Amino acid sequence: MTKLIATRDVYGETLAEIGAVNKNIVVLDADLSSSTKTNIFAKKFPERFFNMGVSEADMMGTAAGLAAGGKIPFASTFAIFASGRAWEQIRQSIAYPKLNVKIVATHGGITVGEDGASHQAIEDIALMRAIPNMTVVVPCDGVETKSVIHEIIKYNGPVYVRVARGKFPVVMPEDYKFTLGKGSVVRDGKDAAIIANGLMVSHALEAAEMLAKEGLSIRVVNMSTIKPIDRDIIIKAAKETGAILTCEEHSIIGGLGEAVATVAAEEYPVQVKRLGIQDRFGQSGLAEELLVHYALMPKDIAEAVKEAVKKK
Amino acid sequence: MVKPDIEQLKKWARQLRLDVLMMLNKAKSGHTGGSLSAADIIAALYFYKMRHNPKETKWPDRDRFVLSKGHAAPIQYAALARCGYFSPKELTTLRRFGTILQGHPDMKCTPGIEVCTGSLGQGLSMANGIALALRLDKKSSRVYALMGDGEQEEGQVWEAAMSAAHYKLDNICAFVDFNGFQIDGAVTDIMNIEPLSQKWKAFGWHVLMIDGHDMGQIVKALDDAETIKGQPTMVIARTVKGKGVSIFEGKYQYHGVPPSDDELKRSLEELGISADGWPERVI
Ligand SMILES: Cc1ncc(C[n+]2csc(CCOP(=O)(O)OP(=O)(O)O)c2C)c(N)n1
Repeated sequence: MTKLIATRDVYGETLAEIGAVNKNIVVLDADLSSSTKTNIFAKKFPERFFNMGVSEADMMGTAAGLAAGGKIPFASTFAIFASGRAWEQIRQSIAYPKLNVKIVATHGGITVGEDGASHQAIEDIALMRAIPNMTVVVPCDGVETKSVIHEIIKYNGPVYVRVARGKFPVVMPEDYKFTLGKGSVVRDGKDAAIIANGLMVSHALEAAEMLAKEGLSIRVVNMSTIKPIDRDIIIKAAKETGAILTCEEHSIIGGLGEAVATVAAEEYPVQVKRLGIQDRFGQSGLAEELLVHYALMPKDIAEAVKEAVKKK
Repeated sequence: MVKPDIEQLKKWARQLRLDVLMMLNKAKSGHTGGSLSAADIIAALYFYKMRHNPKETKWPDRDRFVLSKGHAAPIQYAALARCGYFSPKELTTLRRFGTILQGHPDMKCTPGIEVCTGSLGQGLSMANGIALALRLDKKSSRVYALMGDGEQEEGQVWEAAMSAAHYKLDNICAFVDFNGFQIDGAVTDIMNIEPLSQKWKAFGWHVLMIDGHDMGQIVKALDDAETIKGQPTMVIARTVKGKGVSIFEGKYQYHGVPPSDDELKRSLEELGISADGWPERVI
């Protein structure tokens, strides 16, 4: 059995662990600490935790000020409110001066489920990617999330990390170490490459397994850093496989798919197909039902890969 | 003015509470505390004060209601169903894939919903816009809005507070469901909003303070608000989160947690209501 872990749980635990060692870390939340799991840090270090109430814009501005004052603020809320409600505060007060604020947004994508469209961020990566100075990361599982939180502290500057509500399969080995700006090949193959992030990495691996039975050798790349994007791994995949499928729990506009397609188009044009939310809003339903409805299941990925291979 | 039948309104509030408990238990997710605290206000609006026509949802002369604290959607859905906007059977589909009753109010899916809410702090601005449009069209319709006390922490609420007063929107009557709790705890602990009535007064609103579970006081506030000219009215309604069921009352831990089967059973016992025949049968 694959282990299932919620990346937000790992975030909360890791933050509390690091907080014990690094006294410069301060944490802000906007009345969602029980959901974002910053409440673990809050319990251990109440004097370094600031609940700002339901005021995301104020939270981001305050985080900017704390960073200007030499602290390392982590600001958390749901992805839609972090990236949407406080976008211009992030752009102006955090990213423009390149302040050292770590925004860890939980409940990204449609796997938020029953709450529906108002709570399902499908544009957050696009919004954050467009801001100069911003680094954008979407870890694929619990193991990677832990490493991501450790690594982004070593980097001095604004980072947006998207984690998820649901429990997802662990795909990375226990000893895996995340490197900011680097993708990783999690399965090698020659006929096509799936470049994915978040939950879609495990779905891509399943798809590759299905396709192997049909005689296709599929490479799977975990592209956890979307910005700055790992150009080399994309060019290599283009050269060696000749067809790329991107897959993300995000709109096909402005996310991983566009980032990868741009690199391929500029450096080594091959067939690129983008799987994601096809420019539509989410809706209520169970996470699994929505993944089926929005065609983000392993079988959908396998179909799309076959199409891409056909067009080579 | 029609004379309110207070006893009948109380009965409706009980019905809406039953509906909320049943819906949330069936949906296995959703917001219990803030739906129950608003039950009496919602009953007074839909079954007494608002001019509306469930058979003609876009009737130009209707009064409008904006649920700014959109997570309390179940209580509004219950009222809409009981008024006849759609079959009460729909209540069993709350939050399910393909439902007309989305997790948060959605004007594209649900008859009787005026705007899309769910992101806190945005409702009053939209209510202001609706009120301005009504004024331009020389309509006497009124606009009602319901916000949470935690929601008062959003900056946009105060931007909207300013503009409603600036534009002298006396066709607006807004409520704060002052139940004292938000998600992470008591409002006074998380981010204090007091002195709330002074804030709204300072922003140019006519402010009324009532007990949000006293049907007589709610009805009177609604009637009084209509007589106020030249400024919008804010009704700060003292409520109890989870009102009606002791397991949930005053417990922020039940903000976004639905009643389990056992909790539902105990809730119905406490309310003295049978769920037989739900959702078709009206108690
Ligand atoms: C902009 C925004 N931020 C955060 C949330 C998540 N959220 C949903 S309900 C809630 C607390 C609301 O508290 P309150 O307004 O007091 O509602 P009530 O107690 O009446 O349910 C929060 C933070 C949201 N829906 N919208």
